[in-house]
Amino acid sequence: MSKTPVTFRLNGEDAAAFADAGSNLLDFLRRSVGDLSPKYGCGQGTCGACTVLIDGEPHLACITLAETVSGREVRTTGGLANGPTLDRLQEAFIDKFAAQCGYCTPGMLMAATALLDKNPNPSRQDVIDAIGGNICRCTGYEPIVDAILEASRNTRGAA
Amino acid sequence: MLRVDTYPTAAEAARALGPGTRFLGGGSLVMIELNYGASDIDRIVRTSDPELKEIRVEAGRVHLGALVSMSDVLNSRDLDFLAPVAQAVGGPAVRSAASVGGNLFAPHPYGDFSVALLALDAMVQTADGVSHALEGYLADRSGLVTSVSFAAPAGNTFAFRKVRRVRPKGASVMSMACRLSRSAGRLSDVRVAYGAMGPTAVRAKAVEQALEGATLDERGIAPALERATEGLDPPTDALASSWYRKETAVVHLRRLLLAEDAR
Amino acid sequence: MAIEFRKDLFADERDDSFDQIGQPRIRQDIEGHVTGRSPFFDDHLFDGLLHVRCVRSPHHHARVRSIDASEAEGMEGVVRLIWPRDIPRNMNTLLSLIGFGRDDEPLLADRKTAYVGEPVLAIVATSVQAAQRAVAAVRVDWEVLPHVLDVEEALTPDAPVVNEEYPNNTFDYHERYDHQKLRFGDPEAALARADHVVEGTYQMSPIEQAPVETCGAIAAPETNNRIVCYTSTQALFFSIGVTGKLLEIPSSRLHFIGGTVGGGFGGKVDSHHEPIAVLAALLTGKPVKYMWDRAEEMQAGAPRSGERWRIKDGVMNDGRIVARIFTGFFDAGAYTRLTSYGVQKCTGHLPGPYTIPNVASNIFCVYTNRTPSTAMRGFGITGVDFAIECHMDKVAERVGMDPIELRIFNAYRDGDMKAHRRLAKNCALIESCQVVAQKADWRLSADAMAQSSLTGGGADWRADIPETVTDDEGKIGERRRNGLAPDPFSGSGQRGRVAAGIFTDHPATGNAPQRDDMIAEAARLGFKVDTGAPSTPMPQTERPDVPPAPPAAAPPPPAEPQRPQGAPTLPSAYSEAPPAPAPTSAPSAPPPTPRSAEPDPEPYRPEQPFQRGVKRPGVSRFISGARRR
Repeated sequence: MSKTPVTFRLNGEDAAAFADAGSNLLDFLRRSVGDLSPKYGCGQGTCGACTVLIDGEPHLACITLAETVSGREVRTTGGLANGPTLDRLQEAFIDKFAAQCGYCTPGMLMAATALLDKNPNPSRQDVIDAIGGNICRCTGYEPIVDAILEASRNTRGAA
Repeated sequence: MLRVDTYPTAAEAARALGPGTRFLGGGSLVMIELNYGASDIDRIVRTSDPELKEIRVEAGRVHLGALVSMSDVLNSRDLDFLAPVAQAVGGPAVRSAASVGGNLFAPHPYGDFSVALLALDAMVQTADGVSHALEGYLADRSGLVTSVSFAAPAGNTFAFRKVRRVRPKGASVMSMACRLSRSAGRLSDVRVAYGAMGPTAVRAKAVEQALEGATLDERGIAPALERATEGLDPPTDALASSWYRKETAVVHLRRLLLAEDAR
Repeated sequence: MAIEFRKDLFADERDDSFDQIGQPRIRQDIEGHVTGRSPFFDDHLFDGLLHVRCVRSPHHHARVRSIDASEAEGMEGVVRLIWPRDIPRNMNTLLSLIGFGRDDEPLLADRKTAYVGEPVLAIVATSVQAAQRAVAAVRVDWEVLPHVLDVEEALTPDAPVVNEEYPNNTFDYHERYDHQKLRFGDPEAALARADHVVEGTYQMSPIEQAPVETCGAIAAPETNNRIVCYTSTQALFFSIGVTGKLLEIPSSRLHFIGGTVGGGFGGKVDSHHEPIAVLAALLTGKPVKYMWDRAEEMQAGAPRSGERWRIKDGVMNDGRIVARIFTGFFDAGAYTRLTSYGVQKCTGHLPGPYTIPNVASNIFCVYTNRTPSTAMRGFGITGVDFAIECHMDKVAERVGMDPIELRIFNAYRDGDMKAHRRLAKNCALIESCQVVAQKADWRLSADAMAQSSLTGGGADWRADIPETVTDDEGKIGERRRNGLAPDPFSGSGQRGRVAAGIFTDHPATGNAPQRDDMIAEAARLGFKVDTGAPSTPMPQTERPDVPPAPPAAAPPPPAEPQRPQGAPTLPSAYSEAPPAPAPTSAPSAPPPTPRSAEPDPEPYRPEQPFQRGVKRPGVSRFISGARRR
């Protein structure tokens, strides 16, 4: 099996690893790079558990060919916190009980990050649209939406 | 076992295509096949051709490169009329990947963007330089798509509607698009297309005929509604039965044509 | 979203303030969730991890004539094929660990497959892709067999045998019947004198649990001859037990780590992945992951069972339901899994939260050529509740009564006798109906608004155990031979009568406690108990002879494994070798003490019985004791 070297930025740091031909970004990040924060849920782009940001845009790692991130900036939930200091979204998810089993949480956080980066003042409908591709089977959508709105309010307060 | 080859131009990529190969655009279709072990694929072909990412509007005609994503459409200032269509595809992360060209290949019940393109009378350009009417292209889908083009619809003559069971994201029970051009107050050269009502996006030709010369009001469209699914045999799947699709198409067509809100 | 508390209801029975419900609280595991560091089973890295994919049947029902895996064996990345013969004991049933039901399901099918997606061969390879490609290269010669997909068709004499262990296509209850019976009172007589007979049929489809994390396990050789296994299981000790049994290795060699589950909803109890992953790790000496992709999860993952219900009510003009007869079919799919238990759980729930003096049910755990079904959120209860509540509306319509008032009129009240011969307590249906009506601006009569779960319960006939008509219809095998109708009292079996007021030990009508240590002390469970007066003991009437009673003796407990009372033992698969006798002849051994010369001692029994928190037979330990504490 041929291997392709992939050099890219991961959560602000240089990263490099070999990707198997045809392997998706999710397997590559988890097994080759060692970032376990994006999760496998479907392998077909329907559940959102593997949502990551590539150059600021939300993408589904499971349907992204790994080598296409060469030279690009990838962000995952693993890089959201700054050392021991959690991101405002993470804080809001904790405060609002916005996780049950926690498996969809990393994807939800990245979808929410993509939203708040572009739209710091989202409406409830904006939030619902932003996480529209992310499935929470514990069906805790309401607290997740509340948490994202709470995080946006905290940003505004800080600004 | 598997190889990935990336070519600088679409023409070179097209030449590399053959048995056992698959062209990878945005990834939202081909990567699924790979993840699920498609043992008939030996080789993935890609292109870094920048032309395929271009959006151009020239002389009232819109050109969309095959690798333009749904997000690109949403972010374009010139394509407001297509925003509801692009928005109907997947969630935000799918829209970052899903491409205009790939949408022509999306299997039932996906492919909502093609429905809009069909109603816009789009032409498909393939890497061999040939232009095809979209309807004909969908019949055999051969040749690497490099772009699609169509006349920008005047005013608010274009409309799109997607029927789904889950919001905000959900596959189509059906989708519908129409271009309601008028001549002297009467409908003329109308296009109506459906998605999830056949193996690919299809034109509702009986409806188009019935609308020709009609007025766009309840009485005027009545004959068209009667022929809403004439000649169509919609599929049965987990979302809806063929019968259900036929029965409800009348309702949704009426809402589409008269721009009525559901409920 | 505001939550409104009705603290006025039952206020004198409660010393809590309900100040936690509805308040966001910080979960102890949430920091891991929001940082992506919660250790789900797949979040463990191993060098050289191998992957498993299975060759699965494309047919509902087929015999495996032969399998040609020669091409797959030679393919790049393929490390090992696991055949049914590689599994030391390739037959199990999930509840065998508690002695319920017979082993009926192979881990990998060797003779025939009974549902689409049933695995026949596992392939271990260096990548998922290599395993998938090898699976595609395996040629199976299938002999397609006739199949049955409908629960009632499966009961007919001509239906194909789905599961060879249960050739009648029904689970065997109490080693006697092809269904679980419930008999209370004389429903036939009550129907005959009822003003209305209301019948309905209801059906629920299977539902896939669809957790976002698919089922899976990673197993790897560890030190001390052990295997470590990270698993998504919801039932860690089931998984250890099943793995130990199928692979015939002691559980002391199995180091299982679970507890962080990416959603389960019942779908992660079947313990299918762990034995395959552990076996693959044993056979290859390498870490192995067996994780379903989404398509496998949807196709082969066990859903909630489909159910079909027929309900027949006898109703008086005033809305009093005097009889209710159920015929229920649970679609187990091809193998038992947990459906046998779902049926029993369901039986204990009938006739729903209503005080009905004459109740009967026949419920079948039916084998069909569909995906085996298993646990899912309230399985055994949710489906029949749907049927019951639809039926209540139908009854209300028939007698021209407000549907909520009909429910209030028939609702359980504290002290009423339930069909499974326990007194109702902690009832709150009446109050729930009243609040719901209020919130929905639904006008109820003053009389209905004045009702209370606390009053009127147990009055007149309401606490009685009526004289009960029994029957012995539906003995194992009878239905398949003779094509009997499945409904209660529809055949010509022998009728019996159990006198009023009797808590029988008959399996169809309720069991006496198996051991006195199953009697719970409410105080130990954290319930407040009025220590001044002992709680009312359940009347324990001597069981008189009531010929022609149904076969009176409770069936013997499952014969195997034979265990001394009070000391459950693990199946033989758990012990590597029989315990060796003390080496009394060893030179360094101390001289035999007089004790060792004594005859076999009694099995160990503690002086104080172990408290399991079950006070009375069949009473859930979670609802014992005082009301709502």
